[in-house]
Amino acid sequence: MSNLISIARKEFIHIRRDARSLLIIILMPLLQVMLYGYAIDMDVKNIRLGILDQSHTPASRELIRKFTGSDYFELRTEMDRFSQIEENFRKRKIKAALVIPADYATSIQREATTPVQLLIDGSDSNTGSIVLNASRQLLSLASFESSAAARAPLQIRHSIWYNPEQKSSHFIVPGLIAVLMMMICALLTSISITREKETGTLEQILVTPVKPYQIIIGKVIPYVVLATLDAFLVLEFGRILFGVPMTGSPLLLLIFSLIFLMAALALGILISTVARTQQVAMMMALMGTMLPSIMLSGFIFPVASMPLILRLISKAIPATHFLVIIRGILLKGNGFLVLWPYALYLFLLSFVLIAISIKRFKVRLD
Amino acid sequence: MTSQMADVIIRASALSKTYSVKEGRARKQVQALRSFDLEVKTGEMFGLIGPDGAGKTTFMRILCGLLLPDSGQVAVLGFDPVTQQHKIKQDIGYMPQRFSLYQDLTVEENLNFFTDIFQVPRQERSARTQRLLEFSRLGPFSKRRAGALSGGMKQKLALSCTLIHTPKLLILDEPTTGVDPVSRGEFWDILGELQQQGVTILVSTPYMDEAARCDRVALTYAGQILALGTPDQIAGQFPHQLVRIFTRQPYDVAAALRQLEILHSVELYGDHVTVALDDPVTVVEIIRKNLDKRGYSYTSIDSGQADLEDTFVYLMRQLSQATQPELGNDLDSHAK
Repeated sequence: MSNLISIARKEFIHIRRDARSLLIIILMPLLQVMLYGYAIDMDVKNIRLGILDQSHTPASRELIRKFTGSDYFELRTEMDRFSQIEENFRKRKIKAALVIPADYATSIQREATTPVQLLIDGSDSNTGSIVLNASRQLLSLASFESSAAARAPLQIRHSIWYNPEQKSSHFIVPGLIAVLMMMICALLTSISITREKETGTLEQILVTPVKPYQIIIGKVIPYVVLATLDAFLVLEFGRILFGVPMTGSPLLLLIFSLIFLMAALALGILISTVARTQQVAMMMALMGTMLPSIMLSGFIFPVASMPLILRLISKAIPATHFLVIIRGILLKGNGFLVLWPYALYLFLLSFVLIAISIKRFKVRLD
Repeated sequence: MTSQMADVIIRASALSKTYSVKEGRARKQVQALRSFDLEVKTGEMFGLIGPDGAGKTTFMRILCGLLLPDSGQVAVLGFDPVTQQHKIKQDIGYMPQRFSLYQDLTVEENLNFFTDIFQVPRQERSARTQRLLEFSRLGPFSKRRAGALSGGMKQKLALSCTLIHTPKLLILDEPTTGVDPVSRGEFWDILGELQQQGVTILVSTPYMDEAARCDRVALTYAGQILALGTPDQIAGQFPHQLVRIFTRQPYDVAAALRQLEILHSVELYGDHVTVALDDPVTVVEIIRKNLDKRGYSYTSIDSGQADLEDTFVYLMRQLSQATQPELGNDLDSHAK
């Protein structure tokens, strides 16, 4: 036990004296919350809209008001020729154009359906599909109001739960915790253990009575403490800056976070048993843990729309499971009964990984 | 442990170790140790002498349990370092060739760390640390980071850290390589003090003046022991007469003399050429004539006593010519 403490204390001194790791540990959480929270705002607002109203009737102006009155669109230009639409698209003046036909007012009174054309700049496919969805909503609302109730027998009255304002920050910040923990635990620990190999200090410690597991656990303790601290920081920043709620039990979150930390650490240790130099360890940690945690875990991109092979990888990644846990606790108030399978997977995974790495960790040099 | 066993602190017999080394695309087998036999007695200062690649580091790492031998037996303090590594750790101090302390920790922090992990009893800690700081003359630098110390001070700190648990056996791998001559002298004074306190020391060195300070030395080359004994005994193993020719053109002189088949060896040094020969009276005449004929000048031709280095170089040359003739030229120049 005292060996663990002395190794952990030494590791704290290393971290304190190494400007780079200090920077990562302290500034990274704040920076990431700001960047992901503000910059990667996936809520699309104020889309530049152009309108070509060929009808010029009170009815058509009513429809236009529906669009301009919503948060989604911002009227940029009213056009009077069809050719202007493409010109405006090209000049990046507008992202979408609404074309109201000349017979709009009469058609809406007499015909069963009235076509309205919506042109979307699809070069940004994400924004494009959001524009389409928003327009559909607005149009269905408009058609419902403008026609007799009998003509629209089905009507959606939707209500979005758990994140009623659909703020992407509520979605991103919990994910950030997963990514940061992965970074500190997998990246920094693998580098720090490999450094002892590279600088030869491991050769010196291996001839002392310290046991290999004590070296590993002792070195890992400071990173567990720091990662937990960072998770707390991100939660606080998220709450203060974006109002990210804590609906469920903080204690449950802490316990499950520690299980996730174990899995991340196990990955880091495993990397350090393979890598010979700090550089290699860093590359392996970035490619093997950070990248999948960001790209494939559902942190930003929905897993459901990935091809099968990526979905399978996603299922294996610890971050995927932790994302379910942390979003569940923060946003939905999920309890143990709902989340235990995810935690169990993380626990088993880390157990297996740690067993492998302790087996692989060499007491000798060759 | 019987009393006879206690006499021998390190016993190695028929140790072999082969590495596989990548050379370009091919993998090459390098024999670091070939059937290596060695015994070190309790209380002695034993020197392992040899060039890089002689197998000194491999041997020391095997003794510490850091490497496994391919074959052969080894016992350190009566235990097998392969299977009973934990039993010898408290009693050996190992100083790797490369500085292996934490550069970002201060002198004091490094010492404290090793005090901790060797679990030095609480009541003895500060006394031991103080004594080591005094002993290594590092007291005034205790708050300085190890990375900022000079080469000599680093080595003294490393030695102090390996002494913190008062080991019975010290294994030092080229502790003074790259250290200035004054610090080297100081370091060896410290080793002398330790030996007087009863510590057995196994030390490797490329420096012959240091080898001469050992009780016994083993000359190693290419994983083998060429000679073993006290420095004087080894110097006495030189099988021929030795003559030193001092000259301003040592390179030319050596080249010329190598063509004389009557000479057993010709070695080139900075300001002289050393020649091994029999029957000096006649042969020196032949050398004189030969050099005069070629017009090479020389200040003197002295017959002298072969020292440790002469013997070592001679034996190394014999071996390399017998096994790998093409390697002979690598040994052409020795800085003395």
